[in-house]
Amino acid sequence: MCAAPFYLKVQMSPILQINGLNKAFGAVTVADDLSFALQQGEALGVIGPNGAGKTTMFNLITGTLAPDKGAILFKGENVTKHSAARRCRAGMARSFQVPQPFSGMSVFENAMVAATQSSGLSGQVAEQLCLDVLDQTALLNKANTLAGSLTLLDRKRLELTRALCAKPKLLMLDEIAGGLTESECTSLIQTIKDIHASGVSIIWIEHVVHALLAVVDRLIVIDFGSKIAEGAPKEIMASPEVQEIYLGIEVDA
Amino acid sequence: MSDQPHEISRSSQAARVAAVLGALIIIILVAAPWWAGRADMRLMGELFLYLALASLWNLMAGYAGLVSVGQQAYVGFGGYMLFALTIFGGLHPVFAIAGAGVLGALIAIPVATLIFRLRGAYFAIGTWVIAEVFRLSFAQLSALGGGSGSSLPVGIVRSLASSRSGRESLSYWMALGAAVTAITVVYLMLRSRRGLALTAIRDNELAAGSLGIDIWRTKFVVYVVASGLTAMLGALIFLQKLRISPDAAFSVNDWTAFVIFIVVIGGIGTIEGPIIGTLIFFALRETLADLGTTYLIVLGVVAIVVMLKAPKGVWGFIVERYDIQLLPLRYRVNVKEHAKR
Repeated sequence: MCAAPFYLKVQMSPILQINGLNKAFGAVTVADDLSFALQQGEALGVIGPNGAGKTTMFNLITGTLAPDKGAILFKGENVTKHSAARRCRAGMARSFQVPQPFSGMSVFENAMVAATQSSGLSGQVAEQLCLDVLDQTALLNKANTLAGSLTLLDRKRLELTRALCAKPKLLMLDEIAGGLTESECTSLIQTIKDIHASGVSIIWIEHVVHALLAVVDRLIVIDFGSKIAEGAPKEIMASPEVQEIYLGIEVDA
Repeated sequence: MSDQPHEISRSSQAARVAAVLGALIIIILVAAPWWAGRADMRLMGELFLYLALASLWNLMAGYAGLVSVGQQAYVGFGGYMLFALTIFGGLHPVFAIAGAGVLGALIAIPVATLIFRLRGAYFAIGTWVIAEVFRLSFAQLSALGGGSGSSLPVGIVRSLASSRSGRESLSYWMALGAAVTAITVVYLMLRSRRGLALTAIRDNELAAGSLGIDIWRTKFVVYVVASGLTAMLGALIFLQKLRISPDAAFSVNDWTAFVIFIVVIGGIGTIEGPIIGTLIFFALRETLADLGTTYLIVLGVVAIVVMLKAPKGVWGFIVERYDIQLLPLRYRVNVKEHAKR
């Protein structure tokens, strides 16, 4: 997996482009002139300290939150004014950092919601997709369990399951590796690599950096709502800004 | 995966038993004019109409999150449409009931676009305000008796059936049909693709929207369908009462407060809940109604106790302990027998 970055092998057409996104809650700016592009089939990692505005950025991209300024282009179309539901049907799917299960429905039914409502599948095709994804995310043995009675870890698995059942072209993952054991993390990395290899573009917010680095082609760093660094993962991790944020080493030292 | 050892089933043993029992009960109920007295039939007819009202309110509040305290708007509207369509339109009452349903659904469209701008408690209050607007508007219509109301002319009542027992049987059957129709509509809606969307909205709107569900549209369809059917029920209710007035037609107590009581006691967000709630409500009413005010106090105490001890209602309480459902809505993943290790 150490060959040239995936995005250099395919033609350079951005699947997602965000231009100058701004969002403030009163005096608190949570997105400050955010811009970047994601190429078709690329995997982008997002890091930054807690409260830096990473999840807010996801909310803006997926349409859960409306920006004050700026534009979001998905597959070349301006989707800034589109609802979250419409963006999902166009091929965006996300996992929530704080899991949002349909508590009164079983794990399988949660998956079926994604398969039928966003991918527009029905009947046996939808059911088979859900079974396959549940097998992939190691939740098949809990298929009949009510989502509300799952452990936090399984709720995170369910987030990934639902996002995958939506058959996304752009998959957005928000901290799904935290709390996993070493072997679970390895299998999660493999799962995401497989999804990536099938041509799905990925944006992944993650504090478990080694998991992130095993998958992504490129990294951006966010702090105080703005992008402070962007580039190849190794360089970014070695940069003074990131060192300061993660290790507390001062830039000038 | 080529040899998937799992299969999906949507039925269960309890559901099959319930289906057979349900069919038997319906057959027995259809035959009521041959075994029940006049008073019993009237009581059962009323019970069926409340069951239908409760099932529709439950679809709106329990699934789509539309907590309306103004469904009396459609009960009253439907009742008045029955009077208007039969007296001025010259329609046969049965066609007038259908017409009331269509008109109710049509008027629900602009009402929905207006009140869907409101959320939560504001939505609830908005629905009540709309109902009051309906009441005051119909009180202005002097052709329909204005504030004091009017009675259904004898000729129209006779057109249903010539004999009194014939009329009573017919209106009993229509009430039974309304209850069966309402529950069937709710059941089919929930079992379909839209039902998955509705159940998802019930549990988590944020996630539902992010998974491609058009929440506004889903709620809109539910509101319009439920309101149209509620208007039909209103027409049926006032065909039995034979007399209509704005205060009776748009009574928040009769057509919404009791209905909410039924759904909350039985179990909101389940199909079975309103059925159980209706039985409990009528059992309480028939045993305690003679006590006057005390009866209402007992209703209040029952509501408070259920909300504290079993917030999901009687049916929710049962489901939490025994994993059963009488109407098969769920998906169950089973390991195929021959593939078991």
